[in-house]
Amino acid sequence: MGNPLKIIKNGIIDENPTFIQVIGMCPTLAVTSSAINGIGMGVSTAAVLICANVAISLLRKIIPDKVRIPAFVVVIASFVTIVQFLLQAYAPALNDALGLYIPLIVVNCIILGRAEAFASKNNAFDSLFDGIGQGLGFTLALAVLGLVREFIGSGTAFGLQIMPTAFPQTLIFIMAPGAFLTLGCLMALLNYFKNKKSA
Amino acid sequence: MEYPNITISATPHVRSNESTQSIMRDVIIALLPATAMGIYRFGVKAAMLIVIAIAAAVIAEALYQKATKQKLTISDLSAVVTGLLLAMNIPSSAPWWMPIVGSVFAIIVAKQLFGGIGQNFINPALAGRAFLLASYPSLMTAWVTPGADAVSTATPLALLKAGEIAELPSLADAAFGNIGGCIGETCAVALILGGIYLIARGIISWRIPVTYLVTAAIFSTIFGREGSSALYELMIGGMMLGAFFMATDYASSPVTPKGQLIMGMGCGFLTVLIRFYGGYPEGVSYSILIMNLCVPLIDRYTKPKIFGALPKEAKKA
Repeated sequence: MGNPLKIIKNGIIDENPTFIQVIGMCPTLAVTSSAINGIGMGVSTAAVLICANVAISLLRKIIPDKVRIPAFVVVIASFVTIVQFLLQAYAPALNDALGLYIPLIVVNCIILGRAEAFASKNNAFDSLFDGIGQGLGFTLALAVLGLVREFIGSGTAFGLQIMPTAFPQTLIFIMAPGAFLTLGCLMALLNYFKNKKSA
Repeated sequence: MEYPNITISATPHVRSNESTQSIMRDVIIALLPATAMGIYRFGVKAAMLIVIAIAAAVIAEALYQKATKQKLTISDLSAVVTGLLLAMNIPSSAPWWMPIVGSVFAIIVAKQLFGGIGQNFINPALAGRAFLLASYPSLMTAWVTPGADAVSTATPLALLKAGEIAELPSLADAAFGNIGGCIGETCAVALILGGIYLIARGIISWRIPVTYLVTAAIFSTIFGREGSSALYELMIGGMMLGAFFMATDYASSPVTPKGQLIMGMGCGFLTVLIRFYGGYPEGVSYSILIMNLCVPLIDRYTKPKIFGALPKEAKKA
């Protein structure tokens, strides 16, 4: 490792948490009913991820191996609490929209996974960029998912009316099945381009 | 030694003349009475929706197979059947684009993405209907009365759900389709005729439709609700269309005889459960979709014993 740009690109493209690793699916499917919600969730998770990655990387020599998972969770939970307080204070609407999924960031596979797979083995500098890369990858994926679902499901983008209101709104896309459909189609599309590139 | 009159070839020696195309043609013939009744009851608008749905299904299949460089299979008529079934599952008041959306979803997502004909794990037409119902709930339940006036009305099932039994149509009206509902589901008698034709031609087995209807009748009697009887429950809604044409889809129903009985019973029980206690007035499409998902499991546990195998060996196998 060592090259920050390479680590960031790795998080966004080669090891995108949503489309390649397929982890953290619960918030991915649950809150992406609109682009704003998707970005809000992505940024909140990314903030926690970056802070937790750095903190855990700094503490990696002190934390005993046997209790590392509980220790990671305590670190992550602290940052999630901070993020939740910030959201409550400065973005109450977003906080209401995301609801339960904010405290659930604690158990998000991406954060615990990066702590275990990257931060506990690499220095704080690399871990910072890994957090940024993975966080950006997650945010981008959620934003795209949210944008597609919001556009088809309510005819808007970022809350702005794009399609005329008479245009039929395909409600299934802002419901749970639409999340699966959209995610599946986006993944298929990405794999198609990847195969084309490597072929 | 030479045997000039004997052709030597590999097995099988006795072949059926049946093909996918001939089977699908029979299904279309069986659907004709109900289609005709639908057009008679709901007018030119219904005919238009049926044509649009079929055209959209066939074009979607052709375009997908062109785009993915597969062999074109539209001449096997399966896309026509899917389009026709989908059109029978939407109300005649639906806007013109709705059968297109439904057919494209049914063909592309439910059928082609899973490998095309014979590979779909759920009934494509029902998947299309479920997609439309979830996406456009108000348009999909905008029922109108049969005839030229097309006044908005409620289906018998919705009336039963709301407890407005005074407004229920008579049993004869329900049987002959003089009620509100989807284009192809209202005339139970025409659907039964088509179903009998399919069973007589050996296209479908009696097992799924008969167990479906019998189970539904039994549980309708056991649960019971005011204003309706077991026979009445069978005549209204999509029961006949579902039992004869939807639940019997080859790819998404069990292949074992015992499994087909289980499929029919499961559909019948779930339909009544949803109708009587569920949030929706009608449960036919969802009960069949749920049972579609159980089919691999049903097939697995109803595997028949190998002929001639000893009981112990059969168990091991």
